[in-house]
Amino acid sequence: MGHSSSAHGENYINCEKGLWSWLTTVDHKRIGLMYMITVMFFFFVGGVMALLLRLELFAPNTVQGVGQVLKNGDVYNQVLTYHGAIMVFMVIVPGIPAILGNFFLPIHLGAKDVAFPKINLASWYCFMFGAALAIATFFTHKIDTGWTFYTPYSIRTGTSTVLMVLGAFVMGMSSVLTGLNFIVTVHKLRAPGMTMHRMPLFVWALYSTAILQMLATPVLAITLLLLAAEKLFGVGIFDPALGGDPVLFQHFFWFYSHPAVYIMILPAMGVVSELIAAFSRKVIFGYTAIAYSSLGIAAVSFFVWGHHMFVSGQSATAGIIFSFITMLVGVPTAIKMFNWVATIYKGSVSFDSPMLFALGFLFLFAIGGVTGIMLAVLPIDVHFHDTYFVVAHFHYVMVGGTLMALMGGFYYWFPKMFGKMFSETLARLSFVFIFIGFNVTFFPQFILGAMGMPRRYFDYIPNYEALNKISTVGSWLILTGFLIGLYAIVQGIRKGEKAPMNPWGAKTLEWQTSSPPPHFNFDVEPVVTAGPYEYR
Amino acid sequence: MSTDNITHTHSAHVSHHFKDATQEYDSGKQGIWLFMVTEILMFGAVLVGYGIFHHLYPAMFSEGAKQLDWKLGFINTLVLIFSSFTMAISIQLIQRNQIKKAAMALAVTILCGAIFMVIKYFEWTHKFHMGFYPGRFLDMAKTHAEHANLGMYFGFYYCMTGLHGLHVLIGMGLITWLLIRTIRGDFHSQYWIPVEGVGIFWHIVDLIWIFLFPLLYLVG
Repeated sequence: MGHSSSAHGENYINCEKGLWSWLTTVDHKRIGLMYMITVMFFFFVGGVMALLLRLELFAPNTVQGVGQVLKNGDVYNQVLTYHGAIMVFMVIVPGIPAILGNFFLPIHLGAKDVAFPKINLASWYCFMFGAALAIATFFTHKIDTGWTFYTPYSIRTGTSTVLMVLGAFVMGMSSVLTGLNFIVTVHKLRAPGMTMHRMPLFVWALYSTAILQMLATPVLAITLLLLAAEKLFGVGIFDPALGGDPVLFQHFFWFYSHPAVYIMILPAMGVVSELIAAFSRKVIFGYTAIAYSSLGIAAVSFFVWGHHMFVSGQSATAGIIFSFITMLVGVPTAIKMFNWVATIYKGSVSFDSPMLFALGFLFLFAIGGVTGIMLAVLPIDVHFHDTYFVVAHFHYVMVGGTLMALMGGFYYWFPKMFGKMFSETLARLSFVFIFIGFNVTFFPQFILGAMGMPRRYFDYIPNYEALNKISTVGSWLILTGFLIGLYAIVQGIRKGEKAPMNPWGAKTLEWQTSSPPPHFNFDVEPVVTAGPYEYR
Repeated sequence: MSTDNITHTHSAHVSHHFKDATQEYDSGKQGIWLFMVTEILMFGAVLVGYGIFHHLYPAMFSEGAKQLDWKLGFINTLVLIFSSFTMAISIQLIQRNQIKKAAMALAVTILCGAIFMVIKYFEWTHKFHMGFYPGRFLDMAKTHAEHANLGMYFGFYYCMTGLHGLHVLIGMGLITWLLIRTIRGDFHSQYWIPVEGVGIFWHIVDLIWIFLFPLLYLVG
């Protein structure tokens, strides 16, 4: 099935020149790179916010002025809100699907492009427009509601909530369009011989994600529109004064935002499946189980939203039901974990940097997942609700899970995307700093939460000082790790050695075309005769 | 809709990344239906909100519905159903290469959309005139409202019909685009994917109105 690279060295990067050719491109690979640049930028902005928050929490403000970095609590709330909103809506949700998914899903299927290339480009412009609306609030009345925009505060505050939620609405539109494109591409554009059960697990994960994007995002969209209408016209649906119900907003919001948690993690699981199979040189253990557990997680995720609301006053019966269903999510998730571990078992494991990130994922995600089960238990959640325990839990999932996988996947596919190799030493060094720094930052937060430190607070009592100091030092280690990683990427693009067609010896289709791929991905349409992980 | 009469050669209409017209047609159709799922879910969430509050305050919703003129709503229902018919006819006509008649049918569809919006405009301005503003802006004295939270009914009324009206306007825009392309000769018996796609969108928008009409005008 091997294909020679394009004879005259033409590829998707050099086939057309100039900024305009990028801004008007419908090539899924170029759109993936455009998403990469924007997401990296927002990650930088959101990261700076996080560093500021940690810096503020380095010491309590016991003596006026000492230990206080930000001007006052209001500024802290704003930084907190922008950190959350930027990281969720502009980094983690689009992250893996829009960058790696856009780039590799069509190639994984042996297709020339996604089903609707123009809509794919439109989704990038939607994303940019939505992001611009959200960023615009920064220059009007900075919002301070937290990324969840809970009513009634979000309606009564004098800040630009309307502009912000419209931004999130438009970005949601972009997410829907990407999901729609992926579903149709998977169903209709597979190469000859590429059956559903020969698709790489990354594609299965993206497919499950796309279903969530399609089914959950419209509910967020209408919720945000109703919130805007509530604020502008006082329609009364979320307003207790008119018999409306602020808790209904929470129900609507989490009906989207809980599946959104899986929109964030499922693609990461897909990346990890690829990495573990490739670097264990072994047929993946339990292909079908991993593939269908993604769909299982997607299905269950629609019935667990109430676990965000155990203390909101919903009925005890509802709480108990949500508690049990939430624990059910652990089953398909554990199926994946055990299958990955079983794949590594007796494999010829090599510890290249992408594999290090995958192993880091397994370790951190296990902690994030198990603490999630703890939080699903009603009496424990009532104690831990709105403490740093919850903060630590979801950072272990979102950062320890999704960002680790994104980094791992990025290093893994870097040679294919840019046709260059990066410095393995630098990549490993960046992993060491990120992994250690992450644990130093967030593990103490579990203890802080158990001690009762509430989240979202500008200040704390001196008892919490030591652990907060450790946590802040950890954030500097993470920063160092990402700076090294950025340097490795820039250096790789500028001076890296030319990458061979298949540097890792992996079996999926993207490694059977040249690095970087030609404009239409393959010189000759591939015909698939075997599964994606035929290592033995 | 039969796909038998689509050519299987790589004709000029087929985009570069599709193998043939059938694949393009199937993809387009699946894409538009998936998009319709998101539309229905979006309206579905408002309907859930409506259901909850109607359950809590049935008398208030009944009072609100009495303020609306069901005759105008009924005329609008008929107008939209008729426009769905002309939309469907236009696809049939294009498949038979009767382009001029198809363009006429599309024009009538746009006209129906416009009639709907004009009636909607008069309904809204009349309500404003009477003091039936949404939510807390409802003029209690002027409207002699029996229920203190009647504004919520009108909150739902304006949100639901407003969002629906916005979809009608978008649909009219899309059909205008179809009309221009039809007159230009882009569509014929071998190629009509955009017409069918916009058609499905238009039918769903009509269908949503079929739900909104009884829920808002006839309830209680």
